[in-house]
Amino acid sequence: MKQLMLGNAAIARGLYEAGCCVVSSYPGTPSTEVTEEIAKYDEVYCEWAPNEKVAMEVAFGASLAGKRSFCGMKHVGVNVAADPLFTVSYTGVNGGMVIVVADDPGMHSSQNEQDSRHYAKAAKVPMIEPADSAECLEYTKLAYEISEKFDTPVFIKTCTRVAHSQSVVETSERVVPEIKPYEKNIAKNVMMPGNAKKRHPVVEQRLVDLSEYAETSPLNRVEMGDTKLGIITSSTSYQYAKEVYGDGASILKLGMVWPLPAKMIKDFASKVEKVVVIEELDPFIEEYCNSIGVEVCGKELFPLMDEFSQNQIAAIMGKDVPEGITLDENIPVRPPVMCAGCPHRGMFYTLSKNKCTVLGDIGCYTLGAVAPLSAMDVTLCMGASISSVHGFNKALGEESQNKTVAVIGDSTFMHSGMTGLANIAYNQSNSTVIILDNSITGMTGHQQNPTTGYNIKGDPAGKINLEALCKAMGFERVRVVDPYDLAETDKVLKEELAADAPSVIISRRPCALLKTVKAKPALTCNPDKCKSCKMCMKLGCPAISMKDNKAVIDKTLCVGCGVCQQLCKFGALEA
Amino acid sequence: MSETKNIMIVGVGGQGSLLASKMLGKLLLSQGYDVKVSEVHGMSQRGGSVVTYVRYGEKVYSPVIDKGTADFIISFEKLEASRWISYLKKGGKIIVSNQEIDPMPVIIGAATYPENLIEKMKAAGADVDAIDALNLAMEAGSPKAVNLVLMGRLSKYFDATEEAWMEALEACVPPKFLELNKKAFALGRDA
Repeated sequence: MKQLMLGNAAIARGLYEAGCCVVSSYPGTPSTEVTEEIAKYDEVYCEWAPNEKVAMEVAFGASLAGKRSFCGMKHVGVNVAADPLFTVSYTGVNGGMVIVVADDPGMHSSQNEQDSRHYAKAAKVPMIEPADSAECLEYTKLAYEISEKFDTPVFIKTCTRVAHSQSVVETSERVVPEIKPYEKNIAKNVMMPGNAKKRHPVVEQRLVDLSEYAETSPLNRVEMGDTKLGIITSSTSYQYAKEVYGDGASILKLGMVWPLPAKMIKDFASKVEKVVVIEELDPFIEEYCNSIGVEVCGKELFPLMDEFSQNQIAAIMGKDVPEGITLDENIPVRPPVMCAGCPHRGMFYTLSKNKCTVLGDIGCYTLGAVAPLSAMDVTLCMGASISSVHGFNKALGEESQNKTVAVIGDSTFMHSGMTGLANIAYNQSNSTVIILDNSITGMTGHQQNPTTGYNIKGDPAGKINLEALCKAMGFERVRVVDPYDLAETDKVLKEELAADAPSVIISRRPCALLKTVKAKPALTCNPDKCKSCKMCMKLGCPAISMKDNKAVIDKTLCVGCGVCQQLCKFGALEA
Repeated sequence: MSETKNIMIVGVGGQGSLLASKMLGKLLLSQGYDVKVSEVHGMSQRGGSVVTYVRYGEKVYSPVIDKGTADFIISFEKLEASRWISYLKKGGKIIVSNQEIDPMPVIIGAATYPENLIEKMKAAGADVDAIDALNLAMEAGSPKAVNLVLMGRLSKYFDATEEAWMEALEACVPPKFLELNKKAFALGRDA
């Protein structure tokens, strides 16, 4: 049956049909739905791991045991998983092992715009790249065949516009291949120097074999049209190029972006008058073409950053593009904001009020950096808040330690905050770490994590106790506050900043968007009592605005958290 | 080959545009078209400006819509309609809910919400169909039904039977909300 399917759901369907048995992932936009969708099939064991490194190692273990396995992550997740990746390349697999990495050109929901193709090249593993949902499904199944035939993990690379676009797919039945029995093989699997030295030539030969495969693989295809222009492209860039040219140019569409097919590229180039490479982000295909002596034009024309579109390509190639209606009006931007009732708001207000230096982390709470709260000084990567507050305080000592904090969410803390905390406990800096525990992984759309007590299917699971964990590491000062209580939050923050010891504050209140959290009735502003002091506006709550110089509360947004009430000296905000 | 048609759904994160695009995708697929729907999940959902692209025709390549090429823009909010108006093609139609939601720069006083946006869009040459979608949704029983009011409105300009629309609706909405959503759809269509 033909149906519309999100690219991520199509990959999940491909995993299911290919007989994948074990899935372990860490959520990350735009990759998250692959794992959420595969979790709906009871035949597949599926879990959220604490981070991508763990996920990849779980998938490796399952592959070693002889079953087809999978892990999914966003582009920056591969940085975390890079350690096992580079050596799984040496050991190879037993059951097929497939890794999805979802890039985010245009940074819809990411901290950088890195191009994952470099990882395939550096780790010497094949990478295939679907251009729509039908290819997502088909290529995922093919990825397992490649993995088992060539004894290698296989990357499937997507981007936001493939992962989060729906297009037509046709599904088929699940076929589980025969389990390959586990056999102890020290020379292949124990990667100490003597063994690894013997595996490296195997990896190099595998790359040669894969290059041969790429020459004839159905993943790469030539669509000959007008021969004045030849376009080498992949992924969504292929779609944009087809939209612009149709049959008006010849196209080499690469579905396998590492290793690349040298003979096929040379042959294609010889049949057209000139060759243009259209690829988002880095000149990966372009540089390869140059390295094999094929003259192409790429980043001379096309930008190194952001997503492309059909009009952009048309304009760069000198074609006319339609003009839209222009409105001579200054339209204010609408950036994302912390939701009304967000439990992080009370803590960020308190940090802002106390003029703290805040070393931040990755999650919804990164929005604490947005005006009017502006309560964040830096955000780098998962877990960096805790490690860098230690470094900051070691550098400045008393000058900083009484006004500097790290803030990190519960899921991010589990991901890679614990090791940084161990460093503080071990090397003893007088640092204050705030764990913003909203009892869920929020930014990626509410995934469970090791602190929530539930697994990916919503069933009861192990639950890590944050207080006990911090105490076990040696923190004697572990405080728990409700960030809806501003006075208490302020008191605890001041005490822990002043204390002459490292401390952890757990700011605990579930995400206001959770289905289990019942909203209270919306507040209203009594205009007779409102003195227009704008204290409530300091919270940056999207439900509060000033109309005719009086505070007004949007009833459709307000969840009655009451934080603004605590700031109003005139009792104007009424329940 | 028939030309690819473009519909954009724009609004503020959390307003329900994903349901509208899902329903539209199902409808168009049932009409025998190739369809692509492109959404953005993640950070921009948190009260930010959101846009969904729906494209259909004999064969659709690109999942995204460019400036000057949208046949329809469906906007859940006036400021968002104005933000994306340059994507409307000459002769295209924009359906706008009259609702105003202040963005953070307006809330904190760093910017003002522009006045008379509907009139200004019309003056710029846009074919604007503005409706009071929020009140119609409340009349149907829930402010969350704005998406169905707007879909009902779109159905007026569309060559698909009411049956086909209802089938798409039933496929996307849980049974207990079906009546409410059907009412919202009808109110939008007849407004």
